[in-house]
Amino acid sequence: MESNPKSVIGARATPIAELRDASKHYGAVVAAQGLNLTIRRGEFLSFLGPSGCGKTTALRMLAGFERPTSGEILLDGQRVNDVPPHQRPVNMVFQHYALFPHLTVAQNIAYGLRQRRPRPAQAEIARAVDQALETVRLPGFGPRRIWEMSGGQQQRVALARAIVNQPKILLLDEPMAALDKKLRRDMQIELQTLQRSLGITFILVTHDQEEALSMSDRICIMRGGRIVQVGSPRELYDRPASRYVADFVGKSNFFPGRIAEVAAGRTVLISAGGHRISGLAPVEIGAGRDAAASLRPEQIALSRKGNGVPVTVVNRIFLGEHTEYLVRNGDLGEFLVLVSRQAEAAEGGFGPGDQAFAAWPEGTALILGDD
Amino acid sequence: MQRQDLRTWLLLVPAGAWFLCMLILPLIVVFVFAFGERGAAGGYVPAFTFENFANLGARWTAFKNTLILAPLGTLACLLIAYPLAYFLALRASARWRTLLLILVIVPFWTSILIRSYAWIYLLGGQGIPSLLNALGFGNPRLINTPFAVLIGIVYGYLPLMVFPIYVALERLDKRLLEASSDLGSPPWRSFLQVTLPLSMPGVATGSMLVFILLMGEFLIPAMLGGGKVFFIGNALVDLFLQSRNWPFGAAVAVALVVVMLVTVAAYLRFTRRWAGGRDDVSLM
Repeated sequence: MESNPKSVIGARATPIAELRDASKHYGAVVAAQGLNLTIRRGEFLSFLGPSGCGKTTALRMLAGFERPTSGEILLDGQRVNDVPPHQRPVNMVFQHYALFPHLTVAQNIAYGLRQRRPRPAQAEIARAVDQALETVRLPGFGPRRIWEMSGGQQQRVALARAIVNQPKILLLDEPMAALDKKLRRDMQIELQTLQRSLGITFILVTHDQEEALSMSDRICIMRGGRIVQVGSPRELYDRPASRYVADFVGKSNFFPGRIAEVAAGRTVLISAGGHRISGLAPVEIGAGRDAAASLRPEQIALSRKGNGVPVTVVNRIFLGEHTEYLVRNGDLGEFLVLVSRQAEAAEGGFGPGDQAFAAWPEGTALILGDD
Repeated sequence: MQRQDLRTWLLLVPAGAWFLCMLILPLIVVFVFAFGERGAAGGYVPAFTFENFANLGARWTAFKNTLILAPLGTLACLLIAYPLAYFLALRASARWRTLLLILVIVPFWTSILIRSYAWIYLLGGQGIPSLLNALGFGNPRLINTPFAVLIGIVYGYLPLMVFPIYVALERLDKRLLEASSDLGSPPWRSFLQVTLPLSMPGVATGSMLVFILLMGEFLIPAMLGGGKVFFIGNALVDLFLQSRNWPFGAAVAVALVVVMLVTVAAYLRFTRRWAGGRDDVSLM
């Protein structure tokens, strides 16, 4: 980083970026509505949501490609609504990389440095490019042409082209969407390592919940142009504010019903067939309202006899350490149960058509509203 | 496998036959004629002499005019077509784009002959010169000058230049411009560093089309140059149809082909280097 130490100390308290009631409308279409978000210095934050939820719009407002219709965008405490992209201290890794096909790998990476005025010395640029290639583990690939590189290599070049400029924030727009699963996994780990070693704030846009969960310090879940919930992966997993979030973060079973009782720290829901399911409501829901009880597959146990709801095994999928069962109950419908290898050894495996009982500890469900 | 080979060959027969009969055989005939002698009443008498080639200097003015005005005309087309194509591909809204593209082609619906007559009138004494005169710019002479021929060229060939450049710019991945901007490049530098090099295939194609056709042009110089500004094409028409000196005409034609090949090869080399040595920079 070339910024002087004084300003860094002075700036430590201010967030690296901020969205203040930022909205983006295209005519009547609302791409983003009233986004409020503070991005902490050095964190790895993900925007997660299905396509069209506004996550890319949020990223593009930070990059400067979209000007908010209302509200403010702040970078390092400065309002940047009117600052064009080429003057913002952020860099982006584009979804399809957007590498320049008429330039070599080295020329692509050098592009950002060559735009600086005064322009750095040739030798200095060459050194920075080599170092960036080293960082993304592509040493010696500088003279290659872009079309000679595989998808994974192109992704690394795109990454090198961005980080060589030492941006204050690195923006990543679904950077791994085009990679195959194995490569994506490797790249995720590498990105995380890179983020820690560089200390740059990373903001990732993705629709892949696994990706967001495994890489981020915090996740911002979006829906229909609005922010639904912001929190660490664990918070979102354990305390989703809505059914939408619970559905997006990890697998979950939902049993719709009506709220019967609301007491301190405990809400009771009566589901179809009169089953009482009790648990915690992270966002309070009044009695008599429609809601859903959320139970993660691993919260439910399966046994041959004993208590719980009677179910018929529909299907089983062997996942190695766990086995996932799809079971059906006349009232509750079909739901998933995840059984560990040990539990299965104790109880014996189940096959399709077997009768069993599904049970969960009283009070462990989450009672969630629709949004 | 063999059946497929057969089918491939059969599919190639029409094109192959066309090339053979319409291109290669006539070229051979022209080449052979170029070494012959003119008959007493014109036409061709078999012989083997280099006299026709030694005589090429007699048509130097035609060569000179062509070699100056064809590249100049191509350049003028390029300078006018590029901004137009750029506007159409990158700035115009989808609705306007179609309309404007149609407007670019509309002149083609009328014969070039009729359009050139229109220019004769426009550039003649009753047209623009009289207008300029009324405005106090003296009495400039426009018709039958190289300038008139140049105007005719730009007017007639502009669409041929606009379309390839338009296609190249249209195909340009707009995200590259965002990437350039994101990396700190202001718009005008993005144009020089990204848009221009990546549209070079279109520039090369358009320039080639216009240049090659211009090298053989005879209608525009004949009509707007009034016999004062004549091209090799006019010399050829004259040699074959008027003075019926076929062997000399053939020699001039061969010389034209050679000059064209050399220029085109040099030009392609140049543009390929400029576009970063990519292989896909060619006529297509």
